[in-house]
Amino acid sequence: MIRLERVSKRYPNGREALTNVSFFVDRGELLFITGRSGAGKSTLLKVIALLERPTRGTVTINGRNIGALSARHIPAFRRQLGMVFQDHKLLADRPVFDNVALPLVVAGTPFKDIDKRVRAALDQVGLLGKERMLPLELSVGEQQRVGIARAVVGKPPLIVADEPTGNLDPDLALEVMRLFRRFSEVGVTVLVATHDVHIVREFGSREIVLTSGELTGGSADPLPSLVASR
Amino acid sequence: MLNSRQLQALLGALGRLARAPLATMFTLLVIGLALALPGALGLLVRNAEAVSGGIGRAVDMTVYLKNGVPLARAQQLATAARSQPGVASVTVISAAEGLRQFRKYSGFGAALAALKSNPLPNVLRVVPRPRASGPLALEALRRTFAAWPEVDMVQLDTQWVMRFDAIVAVVRRLVLLAAVLLGAGVLAVIGNTIRLEILNRSDEIEVTKLVGGSNAFVRRPFVYTGALYGLGGALLAWLILEGAILALSGPAARLAELYGSGFVLQGLGGRELVLLLGGGMALGWLGAWISAFRHLRSFEPRA
Repeated sequence: MIRLERVSKRYPNGREALTNVSFFVDRGELLFITGRSGAGKSTLLKVIALLERPTRGTVTINGRNIGALSARHIPAFRRQLGMVFQDHKLLADRPVFDNVALPLVVAGTPFKDIDKRVRAALDQVGLLGKERMLPLELSVGEQQRVGIARAVVGKPPLIVADEPTGNLDPDLALEVMRLFRRFSEVGVTVLVATHDVHIVREFGSREIVLTSGELTGGSADPLPSLVASR
Repeated sequence: MLNSRQLQALLGALGRLARAPLATMFTLLVIGLALALPGALGLLVRNAEAVSGGIGRAVDMTVYLKNGVPLARAQQLATAARSQPGVASVTVISAAEGLRQFRKYSGFGAALAALKSNPLPNVLRVVPRPRASGPLALEALRRTFAAWPEVDMVQLDTQWVMRFDAIVAVVRRLVLLAAVLLGAGVLAVIGNTIRLEILNRSDEIEVTKLVGGSNAFVRRPFVYTGALYGLGGALLAWLILEGAILALSGPAARLAELYGSGFVLQGLGGRELVLLLGGGMALGWLGAWISAFRHLRSFEPRA
């Protein structure tokens, strides 16, 4: 599903955020990317989501080298990808419904389908009935779940989450992670960057560890048992 | 014509403008005034031309026949003059009629009564056709009549017509200049308004692009906003011009009446209105597009 080969990213200010990172993620896998703040977790996700282009190396998603995508094709690529952010990036002046509907509106989904799919996505994150509320009227945990609903409403095969539990207390964090696991169980590949090692241990999913931009721990390839089970 | 997404962007742009009525109104006023100024100059030229067309009739030629050319001959000459190209009508003013008019209007009645004979010649008053009332055509006509042996002299004030035409030509050029400069102004005003709008909504743009919004999708509401600004400004300019015409028509009619002219102040015709509205909208569209194109590039992924 996702293959990184010797990916390096050097920012214009000279800081090298990623150095020779290679790993592979299988379809339907839930992969945790851990490491301290500034270790390169966010950059890694940005490179996968084409928010940044790698300085060296190749990123292949679904057999396609995304480095070869021109700016014109980036929007279509992003529609195949759900993104969740620590600050959830919701539009504060729009109700929950509009926020979740945005990826569908952007993709040109017919209006009659939008309503159904937005409700389905909100139902999945347990927020059905809050469509008309503004994000600031919700709790932090609920806001984050609106962000997740927006990420999954387009039924993308890949979800990328950057510190999705960073602002949540442990119970809420666990709840959010369970949501991600449920998505992976239905075949969605989920990448979660987090510094919360306790949660990762508890889930027992595969984990890769970044230290100063280099892969220093975890398994670069899926566990043999996971591969075998497919 | 519009698909549902374009319609949605258009309605969104309209709604956004309506939600900030004061700011929208000020922007529209600036654009409206900028468009109204060349429009007003254009109307000035248009009406000046209408006036000079009226003057074409006022620039009658007075053909003085030599003393001693009898009235019967004058009638024959009038017939000949009528068949000249560029002549609308010819009136014979007999010497007797001329004297009667002179007595009536000059106030020399008593002195004239003392004259033993009428010193005035028979006169032809030639009215040129409007088509032939340009300075050159009038001059050609004058030569024709002056060459007739019975003609003493032809009186014609071509200088005046030529100067007036030259003034109109200058103002016409001025209209063009004003239209270009103020059009550029409208472009800048709308471009800047859209730039601020883009900065204000950078969160929304960022999120829209994150979830896969294409540049065209992100640009669309801004471009529509610009076009709406242009169209609204043009409508406002039209109202300003119509108001100005309305305010001026009374005094202008009185002035025309004093000159014995049936001149009526003209407003924008259908064609000019379409040009104004279409031009305003096109300027708005272009200004917004340039601004959006420039400022949305900052949301691309960096290498």
